Amino acid sequence: MSAPSRAADQSSGAIPADGGVLAHTLSRPPLPLAAEIAIWIVAVGAFFVVPDRALLLNEIAILGLFAMSLDLVLGYAGIVSLGHAAFFGAGAYVAGMLAVNGYATPLPGLLAAGLAAALIGFLSSFLILRGSDLTRLMITLGVALILLEIANRFDDWTGGADGLYGVAMDPVLGLFEFDLYGHTAYFYSLSVLFLCVLVARLVIASPFGLSLRAIRGNRLRAAHLGIGTSRHLVAVYTLSAFMAGLAGALNAQTTQFVSLEVLDFHRSADVLLMLVLGGTGYLYGGLIGAVVFKVLQTLISDLTPQYWQFWIGLLLVVLVLVGRDRMSERLGALLPGRRRGVEGDPA
Amino acid sequence: MADLLVVENLSAGYGKAVAIERIGFSLKAGGALALLGRNGVGKTTLLNTLIGVTTFKGGRITLDGADVTPLSPERRARAGIGWVPQERNIFASLTVEENLTAIARPGPWDVARVYQMFPRLRERRSNMGNQLSGGEQQMLALGRALMINPKLLLLDEPLEGLAPVIVDELLAALRRIVVEEAMTAIIVEQKARKILPFTDHALILERGTVSFAGPSAQLLEEPGALEARLGVERA
Repeated sequence: MSAPSRAADQSSGAIPADGGVLAHTLSRPPLPLAAEIAIWIVAVGAFFVVPDRALLLNEIAILGLFAMSLDLVLGYAGIVSLGHAAFFGAGAYVAGMLAVNGYATPLPGLLAAGLAAALIGFLSSFLILRGSDLTRLMITLGVALILLEIANRFDDWTGGADGLYGVAMDPVLGLFEFDLYGHTAYFYSLSVLFLCVLVARLVIASPFGLSLRAIRGNRLRAAHLGIGTSRHLVAVYTLSAFMAGLAGALNAQTTQFVSLEVLDFHRSADVLLMLVLGGTGYLYGGLIGAVVFKVLQTLISDLTPQYWQFWIGLLLVVLVLVGRDRMSERLGALLPGRRRGVEGDPA
Repeated sequence: MADLLVVENLSAGYGKAVAIERIGFSLKAGGALALLGRNGVGKTTLLNTLIGVTTFKGGRITLDGADVTPLSPERRARAGIGWVPQERNIFASLTVEENLTAIARPGPWDVARVYQMFPRLRERRSNMGNQLSGGEQQMLALGRALMINPKLLLLDEPLEGLAPVIVDELLAALRRIVVEEAMTAIIVEQKARKILPFTDHALILERGTVSFAGPSAQLLEEPGALEARLGVERA
């Protein structure tokens, strides 16, 4: 069958939307610049308000970066994934193994980890070019499971089920030693997150980024207008994998430990949950979702250490059934200022 | 002037069904062709076959000397085929300006020139695609097709469902694009008398085959010729 007829088989009659139902459902408009600046002021200020929770803040920054990397493919290109931990884990293991083998300088290790994850992302991206959301979910899940088993099998390198011990990092830029309280770790992770957000901002504002949104809107329609849909998807998937790899490397370097858990299914599911909580398609959904997820996890696990997952699960069910927008509108209406505003409205 | 588009024995359809059969014509660079016929005779199918989204049955399409028949829709667009679909297909989640820049390719047509052609789009540049009226969407669809700097522009019923005042505005723009800018174009349109004055040739389809091929002027000048060939009564 020739190329035209193959295309026709997909698009005879009305051209179907192929941007991913989940991506459309979660999509949110971009934040105004003032809100973006406020987020970064809060992110830096949080350290000075709760310096004793720097380890938690560091974890949030890493998860925020991880979630943003998934947002690039889900929120902007409409590719849903249940295996993004593959890149997070690959980055973590590369950074960890480099450190264990004497290459303990943080930034080169970080870059190497990102590039290794990007290579895996590039190679696996060709698998997600075709098919529906369900196909992509299964393929991405499969890739993560394959990497998990590889890490488990090559325990001489990875430590297998025991994890990778002995990850000791040099000071960041030769100046800032990692400390037990996570102070250096937080600013290191936050700096990397900030740079990645800047890069992501540039990418999504470029014609390439606009093309991605066109592809998310309708892949076939975009192709008919000359957008190289496959090349764009490969490129953004590779970039996303790079950033997820950076997040994994930050996790390894700042916690100084890597285990099979970094490749586990729950990592991929958690990061998707963070995007459900925070929304997609405006870059900060992952960060906001990571804050909500980790704070809830911390608070609930303090109250009920054994059953915190029950409450997170319940929140997810309520969120999906009621809808985040309706919930935030009703919660907002309870605020005194909002109520006054409503009551004072002559209409 | 050399032929920009040569279509030879083109047959295509959807799945097993054949909708157009053994169609052949050529179009010179800078020329404009009116593609006419009643509903369901294969006009849209012919355009869809040129952009590569039907089931190809046979024949050959040559654009600017290169055989584009085996190319995917994406490659045909990059080879220089611009398409203004009947449904307009605006990207709803992008603004007017983003719709234009998302698919831009190097060439004389850029955002400023499209805004010059359609000042109304400049006014609505920050509006989302789904916030536009039908006429504005049609202008955007046309402007977007120009942004890929096509060698050949395909327009599928660009005046369909629009208010008369918008039709006049779009017709003026189309005339400028085709006559003054010398853009090679194929225009499918039910309102034949609106487009025949500025197209060089006309092709009338009947049941998926060519029933008339000749100068547009011939259809306009001979009393009743157009209606007779289209099988409709003159209004």
